[in-house]
Amino acid sequence: MSVVAHTPSENLEVKKAKRESTFLRVFRYIAVRLITLFITVVIGIYLTIVIANMGGYVDQIMKGEIRDRVTQAFIANPSFQQMETDVRKNLIQEKIALEEERQGLNTPIAIRNFKFLSNALTLNLGRAKNMTSDSGSKQVRLIILERLPATLLLMGTSQLFLFFSSIFIALSLSRHYGNFWDKFVIALSPTSAVPPWFYGIFLILIFASALKILPFGGMVSSPPPQNTFDYAMSVLQHLVLPGVSLIVSSFFISVYNYRTFFLIYSSEDYVDMAKAKGLPARDIERTYILRPTLPNIITNFSLLIITLWTGALFTESVFLWPGLGRTLFQAIGLYDLPIIVGSTIIYAYLLAFTVFLLDFVYVLVDPRVKIGK
Amino acid sequence: MNTLRNSFTKLLQYPSAIAGLLVVFLLVGVAAYTMITIPYSEAIRLWRGGEEVWYQNPRFAPPAWINYFSSKKYSESFAVSTFDEQIFKKVTPGKSDTATVEMSYEFDFSYDEYPQEMLFYFTSSFDEKQPFVSIELLTPDDRTIRIANFALGNEFTYRFSQDEKLRAKLRTEDVIPALFSLPDSEVPLKGKYKVLITGTTFEPDSTLDMEFVLHGQVFGLAGTDHARRDLTLPLLWGVPIALAFGLIASMGTSILTMIIAAVGAWYGGWVDELIQRITEINLVLPFLALLIMIGTFYSRSIWVILGATILLSIFTGAIKGYRAIFLQVKESMYIEAARAYGASSPRIIFFYLIPRMIPLLIPSLVQSIPAFVFLEASLAVIGLGDPVLPTWGKIIQDAQSNGALYKGYYYWILEPASLLMVTGLGFAVLGFALDRIFNPKLRDV
Repeated sequence: MSVVAHTPSENLEVKKAKRESTFLRVFRYIAVRLITLFITVVIGIYLTIVIANMGGYVDQIMKGEIRDRVTQAFIANPSFQQMETDVRKNLIQEKIALEEERQGLNTPIAIRNFKFLSNALTLNLGRAKNMTSDSGSKQVRLIILERLPATLLLMGTSQLFLFFSSIFIALSLSRHYGNFWDKFVIALSPTSAVPPWFYGIFLILIFASALKILPFGGMVSSPPPQNTFDYAMSVLQHLVLPGVSLIVSSFFISVYNYRTFFLIYSSEDYVDMAKAKGLPARDIERTYILRPTLPNIITNFSLLIITLWTGALFTESVFLWPGLGRTLFQAIGLYDLPIIVGSTIIYAYLLAFTVFLLDFVYVLVDPRVKIGK
Repeated sequence: MNTLRNSFTKLLQYPSAIAGLLVVFLLVGVAAYTMITIPYSEAIRLWRGGEEVWYQNPRFAPPAWINYFSSKKYSESFAVSTFDEQIFKKVTPGKSDTATVEMSYEFDFSYDEYPQEMLFYFTSSFDEKQPFVSIELLTPDDRTIRIANFALGNEFTYRFSQDEKLRAKLRTEDVIPALFSLPDSEVPLKGKYKVLITGTTFEPDSTLDMEFVLHGQVFGLAGTDHARRDLTLPLLWGVPIALAFGLIASMGTSILTMIIAAVGAWYGGWVDELIQRITEINLVLPFLALLIMIGTFYSRSIWVILGATILLSIFTGAIKGYRAIFLQVKESMYIEAARAYGASSPRIIFFYLIPRMIPLLIPSLVQSIPAFVFLEASLAVIGLGDPVLPTWGKIIQDAQSNGALYKGYYYWILEPASLLMVTGLGFAVLGFALDRIFNPKLRDV
């Protein structure tokens, strides 16, 4: 607030200048932010590509594989056995060279890395080297899209349940903190040091192996039921154990964190003030506790949405869940660079985009925050 | 020093912290005991050993103590030999350089489950004429079953269940159950059994010795795996490895993070900017995928994975938190005073800035240990464990790949899993208590 009095026309001038400067500031901020985020993504992806290529080591492995396969094919084929050794050798060499060229192994690694990079950045994901989708396609895009629903189903149900239930429970705990349930959650919060797949093993042991009421793993029983309803029920049945293990492993720490967080905010002076004014507890909670914690809650939620994308690598592996995490693991085992890079670039873009967007969300939900200051 | 002692007394007010401390001390004790009693090279030799090392053990045998909890009694394994004089051996010289060697061993069999297998390992020395043995089994109901008779080489292994002739004689597919029950009965006959081996040697210096191995259904303190290996070995050796991995990774990560955050906050400018940017890039990198790639492409050695883990965990969100606090501390009066007397930048960073953060460092360090312990186990479970070292994760992986959960070998998974659980929870509980002591802001709420 300026103290100096202005004439109306002067006032208008000042306002205009202010608006312009605000516009400039926001514009400059957006530009700088976008450029730094883009450079970050580029460097991150490039590093991933370099590591995934192991400085050309993967090339050696793949060349060896090609040599092996081609030579074996020639030896196994009886029609080549009559051929003279020299001719056959040349033919094998030719075939190997052709195969190497087809896989792009004869261009230098540095150039190929940049090609990969530019393809990845333009989301031109290309074709997988060894993996195929269940429908038989080698398109990385199709492979990823095929596994996406499985991951979204598992991660979506468990993470969303986790998020909303822990906020809800944490709120009620922070209302009566120090009671039995509060102490119970505090006492159990160290259990979250144990990863989900580990609970998964125990759950498999109890519910699949000993009690035999739930399946060991997979996503649908085999053969899959024809009827849509039965199919859904079967998927649901398979979802229970991995879902529960994902929830159990972070439930208590999540409740504990939100609870502590709400308690810190509810010890603010303005909350005491509101209490003194005699406002109903519900209103206090909504306007004085939840509102200022909104930026953090939104941050957590958007980061959660990103983790949906990555899948749960170990849990999916233990439960043989055909999601993206397991696909990434399989792709690494098969030296399938396009899939590794494809999965990474999408994650990187999502992350960068979310981080960028969050800055604006903060301004919307918290009037104290100003962009670019 | 005083504050440390104070914190320690405060720590003892938390029952959970005492439990955590006990677990940690116990683990350190077990680790020290293991490394002294089973040296590293011996552990590797045993862990990588095959049949020649572990022939005395049954396969897939749960630990022997399950008999205390089970109404059915499972037969225990044993191995005896003439060398340790547990098998009675009597040599009677006969005519023209021959000798009769009588060997017998009596054992009590009072179990409800048949043993897996019985084996005789004969060793003999001779020049030309092979010794000859005949084997008999005396059952508790005073039957004498003639098992086999044959000539021996220098080394000879006789497996009861593989003997076709014996199978035909007993008119059965499974030799062992037939031997350990009454004819036409399906339940084991309890009582004292005796194996009687009568050998004849035909040369003056010819010797004959044997080892008798019975593979029961249960074995030792921890049971055995698919390769007959005694699980106590990897369970014990898993302790020092898990502790080393967890401690080195968490210490390396938190100390390096702290130093880098301090350097960035102190120098500011482009150094700070660079650190911030690296942190953001690291956020984009897929941590697990990179670790798995390094494990698959480069080396599965636990030390390579450890190094990569530390490198990738330095530049995380924690660096921003530390930086924010360092920026505050940087403005304190005592830093001003240090600058005034001409302290160098490294001196200020290492002697004035970082020591202030130790109360913050210790709880987060202890709390991050379980994550690293479980990370190692997780990598081992998906098949990227160290190929040489016996670790808990390796046991779980072996168990998984041999279908332990499907086939009901629960002990195989439960033993390493509960150790991992106890270790993880011990450190987590301790770290939690430390956090409340060193960061009293949390204690009020």
